[in-house]
Amino acid sequence: MSKKSFRQALNEAMRQEMERDPSVILLGEDIAGGMGAGGEQDAWGDVLGASKGLLAKFGRERIYDTPISESAFIGAAAGAAINGLRPVAQLMFVDFFGVCGDQIFNQIAKFRYMFGGKATTPVVIRTLFGAGTRAASQHSQCLYPVFAHFPGLKVVIPSSPYEAKGLMIQSIQDDDPVIFFEHKAMYDDTEEVPDEPYTIPLGKAKVIREGADVTIVAIGRMVQLAVKAAESLEKDGIHCTVIDPRTVSPLDMDTILASVRQTGRLVVVDEASPRCNIATDIAAQVAQQAFEALKAPIRMVSPPHAPVPFAPELEDLYIPSRARIQAAATEVARYTA
Amino acid sequence: MQLSRDELKDAYAKMRTIREFEERVHKEFATGKIPGFVHLYAGEETSAVGVCMHLGDADHITSTHRGHGHCIGKGCDIGGMMKEIFGRQGGLCKGKGGSMHIADVGKGMLGANGIVGGGPPLACGAALAAKQRGTGGIAVAFFGDGAFNQGTTLESLNFASVHQLPVFFVLEDNGYAESTSSDWSIGGHDPVLRARGFGIPGRHVDGHDFFAVHRAAKEAIERIRAGEGPQFLHIELTRYYGHFEGDAMTYRPPGEVAQARSLYDCLAFFRARVTSGSLLDAAILDEIDDETVKLIDKAVADAKAAPPPAAAELTTDVYDSY
Repeated sequence: MSKKSFRQALNEAMRQEMERDPSVILLGEDIAGGMGAGGEQDAWGDVLGASKGLLAKFGRERIYDTPISESAFIGAAAGAAINGLRPVAQLMFVDFFGVCGDQIFNQIAKFRYMFGGKATTPVVIRTLFGAGTRAASQHSQCLYPVFAHFPGLKVVIPSSPYEAKGLMIQSIQDDDPVIFFEHKAMYDDTEEVPDEPYTIPLGKAKVIREGADVTIVAIGRMVQLAVKAAESLEKDGIHCTVIDPRTVSPLDMDTILASVRQTGRLVVVDEASPRCNIATDIAAQVAQQAFEALKAPIRMVSPPHAPVPFAPELEDLYIPSRARIQAAATEVARYTA
Repeated sequence: MQLSRDELKDAYAKMRTIREFEERVHKEFATGKIPGFVHLYAGEETSAVGVCMHLGDADHITSTHRGHGHCIGKGCDIGGMMKEIFGRQGGLCKGKGGSMHIADVGKGMLGANGIVGGGPPLACGAALAAKQRGTGGIAVAFFGDGAFNQGTTLESLNFASVHQLPVFFVLEDNGYAESTSSDWSIGGHDPVLRARGFGIPGRHVDGHDFFAVHRAAKEAIERIRAGEGPQFLHIELTRYYGHFEGDAMTYRPPGEVAQARSLYDCLAFFRARVTSGSLLDAAILDEIDDETVKLIDKAVADAKAAPPPAAAELTTDVYDSY
């Protein structure tokens, strides 16, 4: 056990799985970097360096730098998965999903069903997401709701380095296609991460803290904001449960519903655009299945319905803040009909 | 290059099976018994058979909207295919795929595809895995003249070239992408030159001549298996039916299909070639014709008699585990 960054946790997960299973390969743009160039090989180790150092250990036979051709290499990852490999493909930023959408949504997601259960497609698509790095509209989105919409895909969103390692190892070992969302503003976050391999099951939410007054469900980077908000609310006498779903498909509604039945109050924090996001989905399911338990309206904390802006002052306004989470939790805690 | 008598009989039987299969699906579709859309391969038999005869169990193919011929070429079960097209239990995909997504992964047939240009990236991946795992297998991407203008196909040509993947790109140019002429839609008007632009050797062949297709495919696949990287083949063919069943084909010149059927039908050409060259007796071909009719009769009767999928099948096979 030692302190590791989100980046190091991912690197260790991929390295340990590649050591364990020779069918695991990596594909992506600059996944090693420097291919065919005169300078350093493994120059990048993907755009934020999560696969850095793996080239020296596993070689070009297991690590495929690709041209900037998302359709070709995401589709190739699927074809390779059907033919006995376990590819981990990196779609650099999830904002680029549009150029390879067909391969993900119409091919990978549907093989098993369309082929009557005869296809197994154990592919992981790693992808960077999220606002906070001043990368503006085309490099900052939280597009996991789009992927969660598609039956056949699993959608994983780790909220810390520990979560990243365990969920990545599970995702690689999983026999279904997994879209693995990595928040780019969390890459340098550190915490204690075991050195040995471990897995975290997909579809099991984590109850991070328990409190009797309000249930806060938060996704991805929003989890750490929700925990800080809950700690502050203690001083006001408002006791919050914080739940990290870990995966939004499958979504562990049982854990969320059980908590709401105890607290009667729900706040959902989702960095994705507010229409048809995971917060609206959770709110709808709670309203349908636990209406009688609710003591206050459900509150959703999300960005405005606008693209991610560039100017730092605007982007800071855009991203859900600890203050907004506290305000929402306070409102539902003090609500009277 | 001389084909053995058994190879000739096999080639004829497969092409005849595709033709009979498609002619029967055409008739059955008109009765309303087949749900959805079907896109028929009749007239294009030389490509699926002339290419797939060189493939084995370790090899994979990706297909198109027009996938029945590729299934038969790759050895899929005829009864299972017909049940699939009728949406019945016992279909190759349990009745969940239908004509446009018919597949048999165990046979190396990675699916017809409802998306024009959906297949070539998948073929690249199957080839990458074959190379990585050392199976000796190759992958064939069948695609039409419509898909030849899709970004996925162009990306795949480049991807296969830079990674020197064992992929055979087979352009089935039947003259029409849906209703649009390939003479108009393929910029530059020279598919082989386009492939060469990606560093992929290719050639053009008349798809009405089985022997020309078979020979060209053999040479290309031998080069791929020898490690010479991806290869390309442009096959010119005639589509006997519409883009889909029900397409009135008003965009085609009057008499075009009738002329193709009477003057350069690939099955008639094959028959004339093997009988005039005393390679096979006409009686043997007649016998294959009769057996094929019986085979398809039985497949259609079995499909009509098969029950629909159980309601519980609606939500199975979405995930391995969820």
